[in-house]
Amino acid sequence: MKKIHWDAVLMPLVGVTLTLLAWQMISGRTVIRNLADGTVEEVRLGWVQDLPGPLQTWEKTRKYVVEPFAKREELDQGILRFTWYSLVIVAKGYAIALILGTPLGFLLGLSSTFSKMFDPIIQVLRPVSPLAWMPLGVVLFANSGKSANELAALFTIAVCAMWPTVLNTAVGVRAIPQDYLNVARVLKLSRTQTLLKIMIPATLPYMFTGYRLSLGIAWLVIVAVEMLTGRIGIGNFLWNEYNNGLYTSIVLCIVTIGLVGFSLDRAMSLLERRFKSIL
Amino acid sequence: MSFLVLQQVSKGFGPPEARREVLCGVDLSVKQGEIVAIVGYSGAGKSTLLHLVSGLLKPDAGFVTLGGRVIEGPGTDRGVVFQNYSLLPWMTVAENIRLAVDSVFPDWTEERRSEQVDRHIDLVNLTHARDRRPSELSGGMRQRVSVARALAMDPQILLLDEPLGALDALTRGTLQEEISRICRASGKTVVLITNDPDEGILMADRILPMSAGPGAILGPSFPVVLGPTRDRRALNQDPRFKALRAEVVAWLLGPGARPAVSVSRKLTLPDLEPEDLEIPRPLIGGRRRPRRRSEERRETVDLTP
Repeated sequence: MKKIHWDAVLMPLVGVTLTLLAWQMISGRTVIRNLADGTVEEVRLGWVQDLPGPLQTWEKTRKYVVEPFAKREELDQGILRFTWYSLVIVAKGYAIALILGTPLGFLLGLSSTFSKMFDPIIQVLRPVSPLAWMPLGVVLFANSGKSANELAALFTIAVCAMWPTVLNTAVGVRAIPQDYLNVARVLKLSRTQTLLKIMIPATLPYMFTGYRLSLGIAWLVIVAVEMLTGRIGIGNFLWNEYNNGLYTSIVLCIVTIGLVGFSLDRAMSLLERRFKSIL
Repeated sequence: MSFLVLQQVSKGFGPPEARREVLCGVDLSVKQGEIVAIVGYSGAGKSTLLHLVSGLLKPDAGFVTLGGRVIEGPGTDRGVVFQNYSLLPWMTVAENIRLAVDSVFPDWTEERRSEQVDRHIDLVNLTHARDRRPSELSGGMRQRVSVARALAMDPQILLLDEPLGALDALTRGTLQEEISRICRASGKTVVLITNDPDEGILMADRILPMSAGPGAILGPSFPVVLGPTRDRRALNQDPRFKALRAEVVAWLLGPGARPAVSVSRKLTLPDLEPEDLEIPRPLIGGRRRPRRRSEERRETVDLTP
């Protein structure tokens, strides 16, 4: 039997507890005061008066968590149901990013001319925020009727999430050992064969690093996209609750977004390690 | 009639202003079915020579012909065993060999191809490791796979580029005998590159020492007069083996040795030169103070052949 490392389990728990305690300490609390004239007044006290504490957050947002897939109304659904809507759109946009990004990365890695031509453009487009791409997406797909919102969202996710895949694939292709290429030449492999049997397998670990980073970005972008387009999802829920002044829900959303992003990253890194272990 | 011919082959690397001539007018001819060993210093240009034959490199001057045809590029008529095995790590032993067989014999039926793969895995005694990946094999086993891959292409000539260079001495000894046996059994022409004179004598019919670079040339050819089956333990006592080794080593250390290089640096004693304060000095840029003689570093390099 594998020995359990208690440190690895215990220490994060201690960290979480300490964080929760600190959060509780600095957050504000509601106090009801009886005024002299007999009326009752509610006041927020504490260091950060408007920040809801962990207990308050739990009490106010319980219904979203205990019934995570419930659908009461359009804007009143379980937190995981909202997350699911977001994940679906992220998956689509992410798929587009990979389908476009991988071949582009291969072209950049294979041809130095192509790389010289397009690398500067990529470097300029790469740091552009999703908030800047979004309006362009909306304009571009304004005439596509019902699906305009979705297309704009997909465009934004794809165009933002593509770059790590492109750049890592390009690096991977450039890093293919000359030995493998010599083997291909000596065995007289055709171009397709060289690509399929040698270049793609040799680049896979780099590609997966890119895929992992891209997925992280796609998940970052979704919140911004939903805020702007009003698509139902966790980002949209967060924005609505902000407009309604329900700050506890915002905290819940932040925690959920973080946990989902973390899980996605873990899953991808497991996949990535599998491919790295082969080489 | 020679099968493989190199005529006045030269090859250099680098840009014109910093050119490094590696091979300088190399002549070589190998008969069909002959096993030739090229023995020389590390970095002399042995691998370059082999790459010229394999077609991975093109000669700057002279030409390389195989069976009367000038070599223009890589081809499946030449099987190459690389120094670092160059097996593809994501493929099993069988898949690595299969890749070569599929590429060389596209017209063969499925059964015939897999039979070819299995036969060559068996030839190097690796049937038990058929479905393992290179990372699960020892260095010696990997090199056997590499030999099997080259032979499975059924090439006209086998090019071995320091095939045992990365192995420990004992594994090396066993594998020398095994590869030697396989090569002889196949009846193929073999060019073996090695930096170990013993290995050359043990495996080859003929030894050609290569002088140290830059501008390496091949020395006189030393025929190995020992029989085709050579026992390493017996050879160590064989006077013919000792004599041959002495001759090869003598050539490598004598005429083929690296030219003696002496580097001497001119030493200048520190001087006390007063600064001329009259010279106006710009505020930004320009020299901060006059250059002193002791700061001039000059090197004289004497190359005595």
